[in-house]
Amino acid sequence: MMTWIFSGLIVLSVVFSLFNGQVSAVSNAVITGADDAVALCLSLIGIMAVWSGVMKVAQQAGLTQKLSRLLRPVMHLLFKGLPDDSPAYEYMCMNVVANLLGLGNAATPLGLLAMRELDRENRYRPVASRHMIVFVVLNTASLQLIPTTTAALRLQNGSKAPMEILPAVWITTLCALLAALSVAFVLGKISEAKDGKTK
Amino acid sequence: MEKLSDLIVPLLIASVLCYGCFKRVKVFDVFMQGAKEGMQTAVNILPALIAIMLAIGMFKVSGALDVLTYALRPLANLLHLPCEVVPLALLRPISGSGAMVVFEDILKTYHPDSFIGRVASVMQGSTETTFYTIAIYFGATKAIKTRYTLVSSLAGDITGFLVSVFTVTLLFGTI
Repeated sequence: MMTWIFSGLIVLSVVFSLFNGQVSAVSNAVITGADDAVALCLSLIGIMAVWSGVMKVAQQAGLTQKLSRLLRPVMHLLFKGLPDDSPAYEYMCMNVVANLLGLGNAATPLGLLAMRELDRENRYRPVASRHMIVFVVLNTASLQLIPTTTAALRLQNGSKAPMEILPAVWITTLCALLAALSVAFVLGKISEAKDGKTK
Repeated sequence: MEKLSDLIVPLLIASVLCYGCFKRVKVFDVFMQGAKEGMQTAVNILPALIAIMLAIGMFKVSGALDVLTYALRPLANLLHLPCEVVPLALLRPISGSGAMVVFEDILKTYHPDSFIGRVASVMQGSTETTFYTIAIYFGATKAIKTRYTLVSSLAGDITGFLVSVFTVTLLFGTI
């Protein structure tokens, strides 16, 4: 799937740039795109190391186990079949909490660590497991309770009530999340049924 | 609000470390061990990061977005989506920084407390950068076939865009 997105975006860009006379801009974007990615990766190394270190301490002290026990009922519903003692739970719970609090800088590292555990659980197979998919879908939906950046931008641009959109954001987020998860569950069931037949 | 979220992270780190010390964890050594693993994961996602940012960077400057917005205009009219927010809807799943620029532009042009401003705000606040998230999350794994991840996520995004128009109309009216 990513193959199609990747090549699709690039082919589209080149074709449209020819029509729009943006060839030199696109050519520059090749260099800056790669450059930006390395810069982002470098800054990620730092923040990943910090959160991974803090998480390790929290794990050894027994903190994350406590937190994941709190969120367990919801997580069990979403990740049926994932072994109870999987360390992935702890990372996923921390990721969800960070997302809710709007700590994007913490949520991504924690999410990546969770993916690493889910990958181990999947025995490093080249095909994504159902849990991986549900977890990524959860992260592509915005779980943030208070969209601070959006509110700040509204305020800057002269909004009288930057936070008035909150109820609308919550309803919208919930609908989007439910839609994404339902599609994931239905497609998951369909592909399981197919696998059952071929076996 | 910004102040409060500024406080959470340092407080969280400090309390975890204190609790660790209290539980007799060798905090420094354990931290280093974790940090090492974290760095490894960050390096592992670099190829995915380069690929996706290259494609998105090229796409953003190619002018493809304007053409797509124009092409989608009849569909937007059909669904009663205000045309002005279509570029935001198109860019939001692809590029976080790109969407931010478009979003600010909408706020400047139409005022945040207008119908269009509010719809854009709800869109911006209720969705995430789907492509980027999928690329880097799977970049951290050995899984290549992401199966129905993108379809599900995009179904969520599209629902979000449509519902944002609906909720704003419902809660604030169309003025």
